[in-house]
Amino acid sequence: MRNVAIVGVGISRYGYRSDSNLAELAWEAINEALNDAGAGVEDIDTYIVGNTGVWSSEPLPAVVIGEYAGLQPKNGIRVEAACATGLAATRTGYSLIASGEADVVLVVGVEKMNESTTPQVVELIGRAGNYFWEFENFGLTFPGYYAMYATAYMKRYGATEEDLCMVAVKNHHYASLNPKAHFQKRITVEECMSSRYVAWPIKLYDSSPITDGAAALILASEDVAGKFTDSPIWIRSWGYANGTSNLSRRSDFIGFESTVVASRMAYRRAGIDPDNPVKFFDVVTVHDAFTIAEIIGMGDLGLAKRGEEYKLVREEQTYIGGLIPVNVDGGLKGKGHPIGATGVGMIVDLVKQLQQRADKGRQAPISKGMALAHNVGGTGHYVFTAVLSVDKP
Amino acid sequence: MKTVILKLKRFLDGLFEDPLKLVDDVTDSSGLPVVPDQKTGDPIWVDVREIRMRYTIPIKGVYPYIDSLRKGRLAAAKCRSCGKIYFPPQKDCPRCRVSDMEVHYLSPEGELVTWTVINVKPLSFMHHKDYVVGIVRLRDGINVLAWIDIDDPAKLDVGVRMRLVVDKRPDENYITYWFKPA
Ligand SMILES: [Zn+2]
Repeated sequence: MRNVAIVGVGISRYGYRSDSNLAELAWEAINEALNDAGAGVEDIDTYIVGNTGVWSSEPLPAVVIGEYAGLQPKNGIRVEAACATGLAATRTGYSLIASGEADVVLVVGVEKMNESTTPQVVELIGRAGNYFWEFENFGLTFPGYYAMYATAYMKRYGATEEDLCMVAVKNHHYASLNPKAHFQKRITVEECMSSRYVAWPIKLYDSSPITDGAAALILASEDVAGKFTDSPIWIRSWGYANGTSNLSRRSDFIGFESTVVASRMAYRRAGIDPDNPVKFFDVVTVHDAFTIAEIIGMGDLGLAKRGEEYKLVREEQTYIGGLIPVNVDGGLKGKGHPIGATGVGMIVDLVKQLQQRADKGRQAPISKGMALAHNVGGTGHYVFTAVLSVDKP
Repeated sequence: MKTVILKLKRFLDGLFEDPLKLVDDVTDSSGLPVVPDQKTGDPIWVDVREIRMRYTIPIKGVYPYIDSLRKGRLAAAKCRSCGKIYFPPQKDCPRCRVSDMEVHYLSPEGELVTWTVINVKPLSFMHHKDYVVGIVRLRDGINVLAWIDIDDPAKLDVGVRMRLVVDKRPDENYITYWFKPA
């Protein structure tokens, strides 16, 4: 297996992008990543498109984007793993290089969610679980699935709706410092608390928005990475796992077993102590599709003791300067959640963090040289974790 | 309109009638189905084609369990070889690699594990008032996800005793199952 470096990153502006179609949005990120790597499309051996689709009109996004970006006749395919599509696509690109199949791979995650109406998007994401047994008769929604975790967690550990809102306040704060983020405004706990319920106890301000966006990476083998950059960021390890499709087949609703399994796999492969991963990372992303997801994710990843995650949030220990900076790009909550782009966008920001070129006001201090990305598909249905490092493995 | 099937179709037709009428008028007068985006004013091409999806889902492998709803019972599949109970029911036991299941009627009694209230509904459920969805652990140790019939969800708590009802859902008029506080 060869080591794989990230040698260029690019990201579109996230938001309500009625100005761009799928291919244009993808190109916005691809062009920036190519510029960042000092590369051209001729350097790309093959490409992976992360896109969930269904709400947007093009059923063959990899072909449409390949033609638009001048990549044809190079081969590219779509990879899909619900909201974990981005890291799933990145893992596939990584494997092509690690195995020796390719030297340079473009990974682009893109989603155009606003080609459909909000009620249609609510319907389509609500089906992301077990369609026949849990949607057909019971009409669950994406916040509804997470709300069942929120109810169980809050009842068991005494966390409050204000605690959940504090996650939203933090992530909006960092989003306001990220010019590419969907939301550019800070919010208060009071504003969050007075927002309407979408799936009790989850409120609108606990929820990531319906976002259009794209993010891209240029991955290169250790043999050719030096051709593009002097400061590559290395993909140190991967972890991945799945949960049951039916939520009813899970035993408790206070965390995702899939995140526990995936993170321990990544930690073991990177030599990280699973009992104290915090001391290995300068900065992490925790998949915050909803505020409760960031809280239980911290426990699942071992970044906080189970049941005490919300106390770290209360004490502002997940801000820069605290115990562990979490989602300082604004997270899904503030930066936005363009499904297929989200995981790729996490990597884009962690690379910039590790290279100490994040936007003013949201650069975490880098001393350990390692970062963690955590990308969840559905409600713990898919989980991918990636450890990035400044030092070559 | 005896059941939800035609009722929902007409509801959705009605929902899209007015916005599409506008696009139809604009297309007729301007020659193109192009309208300004409601939020940004950007020109948007409104798809002139509509896709309607209604899946036909095979249930032969689990028919005994579906059919048991007509008898007012919720059934799981129990592997005759290893005794494992599967709910939702399935035809095959991947542990034993055999497909020899028997109908196991689930206990109608259990305790609430967790719940939510669906306030913002999917398109195909928009004709309903806010509904409560919960997961109940039945006496058999099996979890079942279903609606909870309760006027005031504030009365719910973890561990509240629940009773399963199998019947035609009011308004929708097909047999499904839900919980009521016991
Ligand atoms: Zn068996």
